[in-house]
Amino acid sequence: MKVSRRGFLKISGAVMATTGVGISLKPVAAHAKPLRIKYARETTTVCPYCSVGCSIIVSTREGKVINTEGDPDSPINRGALCSKGGSIYQMAVNENRLGKPLYRAPFASDWKEVEWEWALDKIAENVKKSRDKSFKKTNAKGQVVNRTEGIASVGSAAMDLEECFTYQKFLRGLGLVYIEHQARI
Amino acid sequence: MTNHWVDIKNSDIILIMGSNPASNHPISFKWIQEAVDKRGAKIICVDPRYTQSASKSHLYAPLRSGTDIAFLGGMIKYILDNNLYFDEYVKSYTNASFLVNPDFKLPGDNKGVFSGLADGKYIKDTWSYQTDAEGVIKKDRTLQDPNCVFQLLKKHYSRYTPELVCRITGTPKDKLVEVYKLFGSTGKPDKAGVELYAMGWTQHTVGVQNIRTMCIIQLLLGNMGIAGGGIAAMRGESNVQGSTDHGLLFHILPGYLGTPSGSLPTLAAYNEKNTPTTKEKESLNWWKNKPKYVASFLRSMYGENASLDEAYSLLPKVDDGANYSWLQIFDQMYKEKFTGFFAWGMNPACSGAHSNKVRQAMTKLDWMVNVNLFDNETGSFWCGPGMDPKKIKTEVFMLPCAASIEKEGSIANSGRLMQWRYKAVDAPGDALPDGDIMSEIFFKVKELYEKEGGPNKEAVTKLTWPYGKTLGKHFHYEPRMVAREVNGFFLEDKKVENPTKKGEFKEFKKGDLVPTFAWLQDDGSTSSGCWVYCGSVTEKANLAMRRGQADPTGLGLYSEWCWSWPVNRRIIYNGASVDPSGKPWDPSRAVIKWNEEEKKWKGDVPDGAGDPGKGRPPFIMKPDGVASIYGPGLADGPFPEHYEPLECPVEKNLMSDQKNNPAIKRFDKAGVGSDLDVYSGVTGCDPRFPFICATYRVSEHWQTGVLTRWCPWLAEMQPGMFVEMSAELAKEKNISSGDKCVVKSARGEVECTAIVTPRFKPFNIDGNTIHEVGIPWHFGWITSKKRLFKRGDKVPEVFTTGDAANLLTSTIGDANTMIPESKAFMVNVVKKGVR
Repeated sequence: MKVSRRGFLKISGAVMATTGVGISLKPVAAHAKPLRIKYARETTTVCPYCSVGCSIIVSTREGKVINTEGDPDSPINRGALCSKGGSIYQMAVNENRLGKPLYRAPFASDWKEVEWEWALDKIAENVKKSRDKSFKKTNAKGQVVNRTEGIASVGSAAMDLEECFTYQKFLRGLGLVYIEHQARI
Repeated sequence: MTNHWVDIKNSDIILIMGSNPASNHPISFKWIQEAVDKRGAKIICVDPRYTQSASKSHLYAPLRSGTDIAFLGGMIKYILDNNLYFDEYVKSYTNASFLVNPDFKLPGDNKGVFSGLADGKYIKDTWSYQTDAEGVIKKDRTLQDPNCVFQLLKKHYSRYTPELVCRITGTPKDKLVEVYKLFGSTGKPDKAGVELYAMGWTQHTVGVQNIRTMCIIQLLLGNMGIAGGGIAAMRGESNVQGSTDHGLLFHILPGYLGTPSGSLPTLAAYNEKNTPTTKEKESLNWWKNKPKYVASFLRSMYGENASLDEAYSLLPKVDDGANYSWLQIFDQMYKEKFTGFFAWGMNPACSGAHSNKVRQAMTKLDWMVNVNLFDNETGSFWCGPGMDPKKIKTEVFMLPCAASIEKEGSIANSGRLMQWRYKAVDAPGDALPDGDIMSEIFFKVKELYEKEGGPNKEAVTKLTWPYGKTLGKHFHYEPRMVAREVNGFFLEDKKVENPTKKGEFKEFKKGDLVPTFAWLQDDGSTSSGCWVYCGSVTEKANLAMRRGQADPTGLGLYSEWCWSWPVNRRIIYNGASVDPSGKPWDPSRAVIKWNEEEKKWKGDVPDGAGDPGKGRPPFIMKPDGVASIYGPGLADGPFPEHYEPLECPVEKNLMSDQKNNPAIKRFDKAGVGSDLDVYSGVTGCDPRFPFICATYRVSEHWQTGVLTRWCPWLAEMQPGMFVEMSAELAKEKNISSGDKCVVKSARGEVECTAIVTPRFKPFNIDGNTIHEVGIPWHFGWITSKKRLFKRGDKVPEVFTTGDAANLLTSTIGDANTMIPESKAFMVNVVKKGVR
């Protein structure tokens, strides 16, 4: 029977509990500290940095990330992580994350915290204004082109596949042709 | 990647050139080391700098930045001169035997350029093949005809002698020949060699041709399609493979379908122009199916709200031959052509070449939407160095989004492996997943168009968006529903003939998921957002969530771990891993094996392999069925030719009279770029900027550092901008390790800490001493202590020093892709305070 390393831990634990094995783990258990991830909920993720695609186990307790570590089941990284992958914990537990939409008015010297609803309404108005003003039905040759020339977009390989598909749908629906992202740089 | 990460363990020779995986893809080294430990594999590293990867290699050879084609062209010559090529593979699986138009001229006979050059563009009439009366390409299987691809290849690279190559690259001749010999040893059926590249090859004015040169070598050696072979494009971001697959680029729709242009007014015209045909009798020509993928994509945009023809007409069209790529965007922005701009999950103020121009360009916008996890140099450009906010009109929205562990969805790694990620926690504060944010903006814009109307308003109002629901205040985007959309489903009940078994039919119900792209239809009865992902979601499961451990071949395919495109195939072109009779070239590393009893291929999902001995050429994505040693599709020549980087330290190209790639677009020409687009050292050496410079990465940071500079563990390990230089150069400039220096180019300057190491050595280029320096590109002013912090600003726990390396790079791109030449440009280095 082939089992994964994590699977093996679970099975061997069960075997010991029910039938007992030749060795006793008691002295070891007595000296071992309780695991940091005790009572934690585990989810798996894939590192957001380079393109190797290492799996990571994220342990959370009461809605907070308490630990992240390499996933030994992944045939790619088998539990190993590099310095960046090993720091994913700090991406979530980080006081400097942006938590509120910020707005900078024309010629202003400061950011202002704003509500989503206000920001999204204003963005939608801007999009419509820029699109309507720059929309080109036909080009210089008289060919129908139906495009918005006054808005450009860059991004993003940092999004998920589903979001990438949806984002291109949004942009092409608006008529953008200036669509680019990290793959070109 | 043609193969995948684990497969590197099956290699005998691993060539690291144009990359530094030990630093930048660290876990890949697990498999490189596995090959060394278990197979006795050898690592070759070719790089201007003695990198961490070089320190692990068995053979290291230095070369001057921007001379890879000279280096590899010499390898082609060596392989041909010493009969190291895989004869049967070359004859059966490549276009080596094809006869080319006798009017075609090689650069050696044509002043350094191919025939057909006019005003910086090639007219490709003479690059065509000779055909018979039926239009079938003429071939010479003996490879003797002077106009056959093989003989032209031989003639072209006969100029790339080791002596001349070394004068260009600065590589010691013994090292050069040793590399040729070692990698050339993989041209045997029981040997496999792989090449690992990254931005070190792409970011050049000859970027595509760098990679093409290696493709030619891998084809000559029979290394394509086999386990332990292939070419590994090691991508720089976790999902840049996927974002490319999904067409977030001006020139492609999802699934590598060309963007429609104004000259193709109807779907029929688009299909007619873009669907390849072939007269080669045995060729499968898979792209003949393109109309099915286009129709299914159009359905994924507009569903049944529009007919296929109407959906096509609603889509934006480009002008023929026009370029809307990255460098062009910021050029146009600088010229006030845009009022609005989305920088979504990107930091162009640091990642864009010629960042000074990029930052100035942003001052010309009316509005910008910047979506990211942390404050960054793009969103806050208006209060950056040298900016006066009171004079900048741009309205900026900085929207906080969820990190990868705060939402769910999938990403595709370099090996085309689609892996699902689960949500662990909520995003901080009011931050939202990107999908929620774009949905919200979409619905609001749609509402405005429904209320007020506007040009081509149906393009917006008819888009389908069944991707979640509104709960409370916000729309909650459901990635699992989008994954089904991307996979595709039937829009009506339909009986379809099995594409692989004539006469057998299958009945589908409306809403059924399409099993694989072979079942997609061109009549509008199927929808699929991106055909290459068709098959990733089944009625039972999203296959990207699989965690199976089985590896029956022992080759590390792990076919039940997640899912890879296309059709869960782990090694593409694997039809070329067997001989024309269907036997694996190397039975000990058989990627696919024919099972005579079941009449089926076993192992990996076969690619292009027909039934054994039936004569189907395996490179089915090429219309003629074989791989291209001769590549007439490119903008700058059917064979790679050495040209100097635009900014370089030499007066002349030793290979020919043509100094630079003749097909590049220069932004310093009248009417092209802007007043900021200046170069140095183009016509002759510019004593103001005597040193070559290349950008690179370190393990502890990612891209512009837009995320990692805010993570204190990482910022502490790599706290700031540095310039790495040789002891010889340091002595010449009276610089010691730790000194503050200024690195300058014709476009900008950046403050760096000097790191003097033996990892750089001066090059001997045709008798002259040439120095090269290197700088990381992960830094930016926003996390630096020197900036002016105001109330409410986020203050990093660990400050970093310095600003973007791209303040130095220029607006010049590759002739095919327009990717900027960030791996070879000219600078000066001076100690701070010294003029």
